[in-house]
Order: sequence, then C-alpha cells, then structure tokens
Amino acid sequence: MAKTIREINDKIKNNKAVVFTAEEIIPFIKQKGYKKAAEEVDVVTTGTFSPMCSSGAFLNVGHPSPRMRMQKAWLNGVAAYGGFAACDIYIGATQIPDEDPANKIYPGSFEYGGGHIIEDLIAGKDVFLRATSYGTDCYPRKELETYIDLKDLNQAYLVNPRNAYQNYNVAVNLSSGVIYTYLGVLQPNMGNVNFSCAGQLSPLLNDPYYKTIGIGTRIFLGGGIGYVIWEGTQHNPTAVRSENGVPSEGAGTLSVIGDMKKMSTRYIKGVSMLGYGASLAVGIGMPIPIVDEEMIEFVSVRDEDIYAPVVDYSSAYPKRESKIVAKVNYRDLRSGTVKILGENVQAASISSYPVAREIAETLKTWIQNGTFTLTEKVASIPGVESGQTFKPLEIRPERG
Amino acid sequence: MKSVISKNIMLHYPKEHTEKPIISNLIKRYDLTVNISRARIGQDEEGIMVIEVSGKKQNLDAGLNYLKEIGVTFKPVSMVVLMVDEKCTHCSACTVICPSDALTIEDRNTMMVSFIQDKCIACGLCIPACPYHAMEMHE
Repeated sequence: MAKTIREINDKIKNNKAVVFTAEEIIPFIKQKGYKKAAEEVDVVTTGTFSPMCSSGAFLNVGHPSPRMRMQKAWLNGVAAYGGFAACDIYIGATQIPDEDPANKIYPGSFEYGGGHIIEDLIAGKDVFLRATSYGTDCYPRKELETYIDLKDLNQAYLVNPRNAYQNYNVAVNLSSGVIYTYLGVLQPNMGNVNFSCAGQLSPLLNDPYYKTIGIGTRIFLGGGIGYVIWEGTQHNPTAVRSENGVPSEGAGTLSVIGDMKKMSTRYIKGVSMLGYGASLAVGIGMPIPIVDEEMIEFVSVRDEDIYAPVVDYSSAYPKRESKIVAKVNYRDLRSGTVKILGENVQAASISSYPVAREIAETLKTWIQNGTFTLTEKVASIPGVESGQTFKPLEIRPERG
Repeated sequence: MKSVISKNIMLHYPKEHTEKPIISNLIKRYDLTVNISRARIGQDEEGIMVIEVSGKKQNLDAGLNYLKEIGVTFKPVSMVVLMVDEKCTHCSACTVICPSDALTIEDRNTMMVSFIQDKCIACGLCIPACPYHAMEMHE
C-alpha cells in the first residue's frame, strides 16, 4: 500500500506520524516483515557527522560608508573569495591563514582555517574582516578593517558543493613510515585502518537509488534546516554496487544549503587534520519517507550489508591507481578490529557515530513534534540510468 | 651511604637516535636502574619512551646530562592530559594513536570514546591527532 508525502505530512501535522531512526528500524523490520513495516512506518530518519571538506559559507556583510566592492578579503587572516557583487564573500572550509606554515614544519598542525571561522561565527564570536580593493567611482573605498558577527550579517548561509558522500574509502598505510591524511594519521605497515561513514545511519545508504532524496529535499543541516540543492560534485551514481543496490565505493554526493543563523556549534565544527589541513565537520540528517515497500527494504540496510574499499593511502591513492587492498564491511570496522590481508588491524572512525545517532534522533523528535514536515523532491539527481560517471582529470598541455 | 633517588621522565627520541643503545648506556655507564613503563619507537621515526630511572644522585645527574648532550630531550612526567568533554565528538581518531589504550571505545553499542586517566602516560600524541582540539596537556 503506497503512501504519498502529503498523507505522511498530514500525519506529522496531527502528531500521528510513526517515525524510527535508521538504526531502530532494523530490528522492527526483522520482527514485522517488509509489508507490515511499510504499512505502519511513515518516516525513517538518518544522520551523519563528519569532516566534509567541500563546504563553505556565503556572507553578506553590508555596505560600509564610503562603499566598497571587496576585491580581496580575509577573515581572521584566512582568505575569503570576493569575486562577486559588493559585500558578498565566500569562505571555504579548507582555506588556511596566509601566514600558516602549513606542512613546512611537518606534520603541520593546521590549528585554524575556514571551517573554524564558520564555527566561530555560529558561536556568536567577533571575526576580524580585512579587505582591499582598487576603488571605483561608485565604490571608492580601498581598504576596510572591521569586526563582524553573525547577527549583524544580512545573510550567512552554508553552500556546500559536496557533502554526505554515500560511501567512502577506508584508508590504510602499507609503507614503512607514518603518513598524515584527510582520513587521519595512518601508522606504517597497516598499523591502523581509518574510515569515515555512518554506515547504516548514513542518509544516501538508506536511499541508495535516490528515489526520495533529490533537489528540494528539506534536511537537518548543522542543527538547523537546510535543503538539497543539486547533486554534489563528483556525484557518481554508476559506482560499483552490491546485490542489495548499496554502492561499495564513494558513489552519490549532495550539494546542500542552509541558514547559519539557525545552526549550532554542536553540529558544525572546525577541524584540524594533522599534516593535512583545516576542514569543517558538518552534521546532516535526512528523512526517508516510507512511501512504499521498496523504501522499507532500502532502510533495512545494516552495517554488515555495506562494504567499502580499503585503499593504500601511501601509494595507490596519491598516484590515483584504482587498485584496492580488500573490501570490508561497517560492522567489522565498527567492532574496532578488522581482518585485512590476514591480519587483525585496529580500526578508527573519523566520522562520529554517536553524533550521527544524535542527529537522527533529533530529526525524529522534530518530525514527531510536527515541527518538521517532508518535502516532495522538485527534481531527481542523476541515478544509475543517467550513466553518469566520475571522470578523472587527464592532464593535456596542448590545446585539443 | 648516599640514598638512591628516582625520577619519572618521558624521553623524546629524534629519529636519528632510535637505533642507538641509549638505555643500555644509562645502565652500564652510569650505574642506573631503568624501568621502561611505555615506549613507542620505530625505525627512522621519532619516538617517545616513559621511564623510571633511579640511582645515586650524582649518577642520575650524569646520566641525564648524557641524554642532553646526545640530543635526547626529556621532561618530567608531571604533566597531565585532559579530555575537554564538550569538544570531543567521539569520532575515535585518537584511539589508534594512543599507545597505552587510555583512549578507547569500551562500549561498542554507544560508540563513545572513553579517556581512562590511569592508563595515560602523558605522551601527548593524542593532542595534535584530535581534529577538534579536545585533548589538552596541563601542568
């Protein structure tokens, strides 16, 4: 028996919606079976909290007097992009201060960057803006130095081009020296294995073919409300999938937007990855409407059903070689020890499962309280049928 | 008779020293007793070692001087590492860095990272490895 989003929303508004998190639904489906569970359940909530480097914020700081069109701008010494109309800047999560020694003293600590500025703004802190320009008749100011804070900005919203990766590489280091990566510190000779995915709680792993999540989907973003605005960069619906339809490598991504003024530093945090750089950890939760039995089958996915490729980050990854060391599942990864090439390797997560769970729980509460209703997607993001792939850059010094 | 005194210190080995018999020299040349409580040393890598070193005061001073001369830095283990609860996101990145299992997930259902102070050797490796600056070193 199929349900419409409208019918589910009517139930939400009357506080009658039956909502489970993507974890809680697993034993429920086991007990009830697909058919009965699909009839009884209206929404399943998902969550993820992890460094998501392709994130950033548009800020409109208002017009100073005299006016200025900022050509170059820095927030607490971190370069923001000002190539827009006057007073709009974009601060990217991985940008570091101009004077940061980066990896000159290896491994660099990357104490502060664009992600930390976004966190500081959400925390209500003053951030120092310095800007320069060439000056025009209509925008004569050439220099600006001022403190700004979130409440005084006209607009401040995250626009994250690539978030919520459907699945992700699992990193090991097969070399004989320690390496520092965006998946954390990797000890030599496969001393540890690091991963970054919420597994059974992860949004796109519960809607593997993007049937309900699409452009216009209302989501939990950073503690506030956000929306899916497009497929994410590197979106790859034709990635390798297991028999259950779940991708066993990177696959889908989403581009999202949301108002920073409604966000919380509990779910938006600056990140410092030793020897790698600065980033932003983003908390995302998405509701999966149980419109039919197929959707309940999708949300029944468990950690043990989701496989990810183990990749050597000392050689194969930096050289862009496609070879993988093994495939492992998230139940084994989350157990803390996983067998790779016959060896037991200690596993650690870069994403936070407890916070992912908290986000799914929070979204569930919002829906149960009637404060968060579901949206019908306006358009789909490319699926398997699109044939869309994730192309590499082939360097060509000559014009084609 | 001069009494025996002991010190708990953490040695920091530059990578060029990891294959030298430094502990052996402390024992043989300076008549010191060395009790290694924790160590993390690999070939051609920087390493750390926490030792209790004891002996007569003049021998102890001479032994520590030897360490300084060859470029092995050390500090007393009076520092304490603390976890700032509100900053920890329980990601678990630190659990594979901590050499003494002081940072660990005890309950695989909650997946919460625990910091067991008694197991901490104050080596400080977790401090730069935490992406959220949740680990701090204090006097």
